Amino acid sequence: MKKAFEIIDHTADVGIIAYGADVEELFSNAALALFSLITELGSVEEKLHLNLEVSSEDTDSLLIEWLNELIYFFDAKHILFNRFDIGNVAHNELKATCYGEGFDPMKHKIKIGVKAATYHMLKLDKNGDGYKAQIILDI
Amino acid sequence: MARWQGQLIKVDDYRWKIPENYKTGMKVPGLIYASKEMLESICEEQTPEQVANVAFLPGIVGYSFAMPDIHWGYGFPIGGVAAMDIKDGVVSPGGVGYDINCGVRLLRTSLSEAEVRPRINELINELFINVPSGLGSEGKIKVSQKEMNQLMVEGARWAVKRGLGSEEDLDVTEEGGCLGGANPDKISDKAVKRGMPQAGTLGSGNHFLEIQVVKEIFDSHTASIMGITEIGQILVLIHTGSRGFGHQVCTDHLRVMEGAVSKYGIKLPDRQLACAPLESLEGKDYLAAMACAANYAWVNRQCIAHWARESFSRVFGTSPEKLGMRQIYDVAHNIAKIEEHQIDGRKLKVCVHRKGATRAFPAGHKDIPSYYKEVGQPVLVPGDMGRCSFIAVGTEKAMAETFGSTCHGAGRVLSRGAARRSMKGIDVARELERRDITVKAGNISSLAEEASQAYKDITKVIDVVHQAGISRKVAMAIPMGVIKG
Repeated sequence: MKKAFEIIDHTADVGIIAYGADVEELFSNAALALFSLITELGSVEEKLHLNLEVSSEDTDSLLIEWLNELIYFFDAKHILFNRFDIGNVAHNELKATCYGEGFDPMKHKIKIGVKAATYHMLKLDKNGDGYKAQIILDI
Repeated sequence: MARWQGQLIKVDDYRWKIPENYKTGMKVPGLIYASKEMLESICEEQTPEQVANVAFLPGIVGYSFAMPDIHWGYGFPIGGVAAMDIKDGVVSPGGVGYDINCGVRLLRTSLSEAEVRPRINELINELFINVPSGLGSEGKIKVSQKEMNQLMVEGARWAVKRGLGSEEDLDVTEEGGCLGGANPDKISDKAVKRGMPQAGTLGSGNHFLEIQVVKEIFDSHTASIMGITEIGQILVLIHTGSRGFGHQVCTDHLRVMEGAVSKYGIKLPDRQLACAPLESLEGKDYLAAMACAANYAWVNRQCIAHWARESFSRVFGTSPEKLGMRQIYDVAHNIAKIEEHQIDGRKLKVCVHRKGATRAFPAGHKDIPSYYKEVGQPVLVPGDMGRCSFIAVGTEKAMAETFGSTCHGAGRVLSRGAARRSMKGIDVARELERRDITVKAGNISSLAEEASQAYKDITKVIDVVHQAGISRKVAMAIPMGVIKG
């Protein structure tokens, strides 16, 4: 199977490269990469789900908005996600169902507090194999 | 990453200029403060390119400056200073950073190393319990929506009114701990929701609370005015900012600025430099929201300082007053401020962006507290947790050259990943322990990311700003105990 994402270095912060056969998979893998930085994905169970809608001006900013929306849910509501069902990404809009559970300090280890997805060095490319995106996160 | 191959002109041993004609679109030259040796590592990344990119911003005056602790940031470099004319200039959230009013507060004590050393473990444990990290947990103070609106406007005074600190603390805080023009109507519901549970928390990343020992005094007169009188004296340094609240404010307004860039026809070499004219609605809204986040950060440091005093008081069984725990100063190092400066012999109102840079006003300046009128504004420059930190003061030269600005810290040289690969958190903890530095961290493995090897040597950074004359060093302190989120 093709890998879903990679974690890359940035001097002050950290970055992710996400892959996907289509835009939906790309968005899902980028979200997985984000939560893999925050905690051990394997420690998160599917106890709740949340329906999210995000819209923006273009696909690049939709990706940033999407990740920032998830960061908001982690930071303000203390929810950790480990699975994302992403509906059709069209007209710079996205609908997703996100599965996970509330943060439990006895069960989950917080590795880093990711605080924002940035436009810095943002790259979103499509080639024969599908989609690839690079995003730098502020931590 | 590719090495930067652009042109740098040596002005003197500590100043390097990127000429205005380096790139078409630059409105002013760039100026980097660094030694020749430091310049080598600065050019290893594309950081000087970012200094040149900032020079594109409308209304920029003088130079696009970079302090010696410069490293690669988003759009603006970290360690960057840029001033824009308020009449035709812009404000850029990227020139402030995500962690709005990230800054440093320094407390002194009348305790000596000999008195604290035997109690250090107890003290660090007490501080660790008393000062919440806020990482995935809630803070100690419960803030309602209504109180959020108050603290955004009132700043540090909001905490003082609740018994967390004294009026004197406000006197020795930049802006008195309250930036004017704050308007909670410009804050999103999301930012409020992120901010409420995190008020009064330390956070993670490079934020910390440190117990330090004064190791060297370079200027005893200035040091004594700050209450630093002896080698071996104990200080407490707090480094934190506006937490998720400031990040959300930055994220929200960057989005607005994206639209403003095309609306006002601004040409930018990097999307992350998004900005809006200072006179525009978008620009004014950002400044009003940024002030809310700046005030939130001052509340944060005010609360943490109070709990640090309480912790000392508990361990030593006497009041913070008897322990001489008074605040030396509190500075912001991620902020944009409207200030008046002399440019080419005339007075000009400018918006000074300091991103990873500290205000460094000279003796006699109207905006510094009466305590320090004679010596200049204290500048607090934390190093990494294994080396040392410096206390300096602002100078006339800084006022004339850098819009009254200087460096803010060590600046990273290794990415977090590279630091983690080259050492283990537990080894870093052992190495610190061996050097009599007690560390308690919420996440031990993250310690590697903050190890000394990941940062520039702060001593070299301070030497550059001291030799260049944009601040004057006063004292140096080394860590004895550190808590991290």
